[in-house]
Amino acid sequence: MDYLISVITIAGIHIIMALSFYLPFMTGQISLGQAGFMSIGAYAASVCTVKFGLPYVPAVLIGGICAAAVGFILGLPALRIKGIYLLLLTLGFGEIVRVVFINIDYIGAAAGFPGIPYQEHTLLYAYGVVLILIVFLNRLRKSRMGRAFQAVGNDENAAEVIGVDITAVKLIAFSSGAFIAGIGGGIFAHYQEYIEPLMFDVMHAVEFIVFTIFGGIQIFWGPIFGAFILTLVPEFLRVIQEWRMELYGALLIIMMIVRPQGIISRDSVQSIENAIGRMFGKSTAAVLSSRQPEGK
Amino acid sequence: MIFQQIINGLMLGATYSLVAIGYTLIFGVLGILHFAHGEVLMAGAFMGLYIIVWSGLPLYIALPLAMLATGLLGVLIDLLAIRPLRKDFHLAPLLSTIGVTIILQNLAVKLFGGFGTRFPDVIGATNYRVGSFFINSVNILILGISLFLMIGLYFFIAKTKIGKGMRAVSESHLIAGYLGVNVDWIVLITFGIASALAGAAGVMIGLSFHAISPFIGLTFALKGLVVMLLGGLGNVAGAMIGGLILGMAEVFSIVILPTEINLQDIFSFGIMILILIFKPTGLFGTRFPQG
Repeated sequence: MDYLISVITIAGIHIIMALSFYLPFMTGQISLGQAGFMSIGAYAASVCTVKFGLPYVPAVLIGGICAAAVGFILGLPALRIKGIYLLLLTLGFGEIVRVVFINIDYIGAAAGFPGIPYQEHTLLYAYGVVLILIVFLNRLRKSRMGRAFQAVGNDENAAEVIGVDITAVKLIAFSSGAFIAGIGGGIFAHYQEYIEPLMFDVMHAVEFIVFTIFGGIQIFWGPIFGAFILTLVPEFLRVIQEWRMELYGALLIIMMIVRPQGIISRDSVQSIENAIGRMFGKSTAAVLSSRQPEGK
Repeated sequence: MIFQQIINGLMLGATYSLVAIGYTLIFGVLGILHFAHGEVLMAGAFMGLYIIVWSGLPLYIALPLAMLATGLLGVLIDLLAIRPLRKDFHLAPLLSTIGVTIILQNLAVKLFGGFGTRFPDVIGATNYRVGSFFINSVNILILGISLFLMIGLYFFIAKTKIGKGMRAVSESHLIAGYLGVNVDWIVLITFGIASALAGAAGVMIGLSFHAISPFIGLTFALKGLVVMLLGGLGNVAGAMIGGLILGMAEVFSIVILPTEINLQDIFSFGIMILILIFKPTGLFGTRFPQG
């Protein structure tokens, strides 16, 4: 039972991280630096609890804010560049963060940062954050800002011509992605009780991308589904556990060839909503449905 | 002292150049970032090692064999992970090569163990005395092979028919196809050449560092990316010179900067970020060499 709970908790943290990648991704920004933001959040939150004796919730929030601040600063130059260049920038950023943490003795350098207080209700906190993110992302889809996100993601030039402030949109998306990653890092640190810079290398950032791409990139349920399934399934199949990473790799290639939009697409969410609507009658369907109103 | 450092820097830089040329060739022809390129290098290093250990062949036969093997690996990657992709999703090649990276790296850990493997001394290292300096023969050999490969490649692209095809495809797949260039074939050859160069770089990294591990791929891939940006995306000559510049800069950064802090890595990534922000076209612009 304990084992099951720990696996589900890790899945929750992975969902947070996958969503942190997804938010900037909505505006067409691919970041390989999410593990870097996660480590900033983890270290900042741990310093708050261990060195300054702050309680859990404010410490994690400070971690998120620190990551968001760094994300904002990194986002400023990142606005001018896109595609492969942005990918390389965030990749370099992730590595720099790791090397910087390795060299700071105050937080244990390469030996790691031990003695972080254990948060026994991590499960609740992690899924609380996931719930808040779901509500937020669902509201976002129907809001002005959410449509701006989509417009920028689909075609930056067209969005700018229509009058979307792409600078603001991209910066907000990038820093809020960093904020979510920082929160995820703080929660992770207080669950593991020990962090070291190697826990946040590029391959982990890649893992978050795999979750997102596997689940689906058209709608936020995709990353949630992807992170949950890809964390849980290997845990319960020993054979898969051993070959987990090879399987991830093969899965990624096959997905790209067969179904590049991911397992969960906008249509599949729509059909599930319709099915729920038929089961519970129209009024519930109207509440649950996050479909955009047709016609204007 | 300075002279020795220059030789060291050039040697290190020459291996970076070989990696970066592979990246830049593939970027030039396909417009994609081949994320698994570093793992191809790692595979090349291990192939070189096992060819030398098992068959006892001398380096001048083992190196071409390792290059052939990684070239085939590159062709395989193109056939399995790049060609079947649909063209409408621009992230697809990046993500599928990330998939290849994960597979190759973890297979290597399973096959060779996660720790470093000692690379045999295939050539007796003798120190030549030039005036008051000592030059290691291994360094000279590595530098010589790298320069030979780079110059050979330059003339290949500039003068041969396939090289012409590569330049045409890098301009436009569609137009090159109309003009009778077999685009798929050219892409395949590009992958082969780029991967063979990465394999050569892998063997030479083994020679100079005396140890290889399944994780060297990422380190050198990142350095290769920095060099590619330094030289300009798709610019082969730029990648050659950029590698030498980065190698020299790194060696001198060790000499000049304080050694307590591991600044070397920050240094190269710092260069990369500065280039990305201030001069994304690189030092030499983004273009293919013209014949």
